[in-house]
Amino acid sequence: MSGGGSLAEWLVSALIVLGGSFALIGSWGLVRLPSLMERLHGPTKATTLGLGAMLVASVAWFHLVDGQWTTHEMLISVFLFVTAPISANLIAKVHLHRLRHGEAAEPVGPAGTPAPPSSGIDWATHEAPHEGTPGDLVGD
Amino acid sequence: MIETALGFGFAALGLALAMNLWRLFKGPGVADRILALDTMVINVIGIIVLAGIAGGEGTSFEAALLLAMVGFVGTVAYAKFLLRGDIIE
Repeated sequence: MSGGGSLAEWLVSALIVLGGSFALIGSWGLVRLPSLMERLHGPTKATTLGLGAMLVASVAWFHLVDGQWTTHEMLISVFLFVTAPISANLIAKVHLHRLRHGEAAEPVGPAGTPAPPSSGIDWATHEAPHEGTPGDLVGD
Repeated sequence: MIETALGFGFAALGLALAMNLWRLFKGPGVADRILALDTMVINVIGIIVLAGIAGGEGTSFEAALLLAMVGFVGTVAYAKFLLRGDIIE
């Protein structure tokens, strides 16, 4: 085996180990952290980053084996990096919504129960669909 | 050497999946369960990617990409349903 190939193999192995470690750390955070808002940090950051490292390892590996660059992996990682914050935001919204309704089984944190906004307008999740939108139930 | 790294990667992802499963069963809230399922999907994508490296063929990426899309849509649909009682208003 040539020195260059061995170096590339080292790089791919290091990236796989890094990715596996990050995925493990993310799930460990999911198990260990005390409240949901803290638990959100583990999977959304560590696990996504770990998967990114594994996808880079995959790109490097197929370049090493076939001698050509593939872009599927980049597609996956771009998609994941775009969608991870969106799903985290939606999960946090569900949590806040249920906390305010008293449905979440979690002890109230130091910030207390989330308060409704002081103006007359309530949270968007409590709002009825606006008139003229497909869900407004007018004329259905 | 690559085999050792792949073995470590598979073991780490398997352990991560087991921990996610624990969180999925324990809860305590619905949001925790959605989060655990979302993380499980991401870890399974990692397993598919590692299996693609181990198998030496480039056909597993379509599966990984499809799983990424379906997992995201599932998470959003579940969260939307809990927030609004409806998925598409």
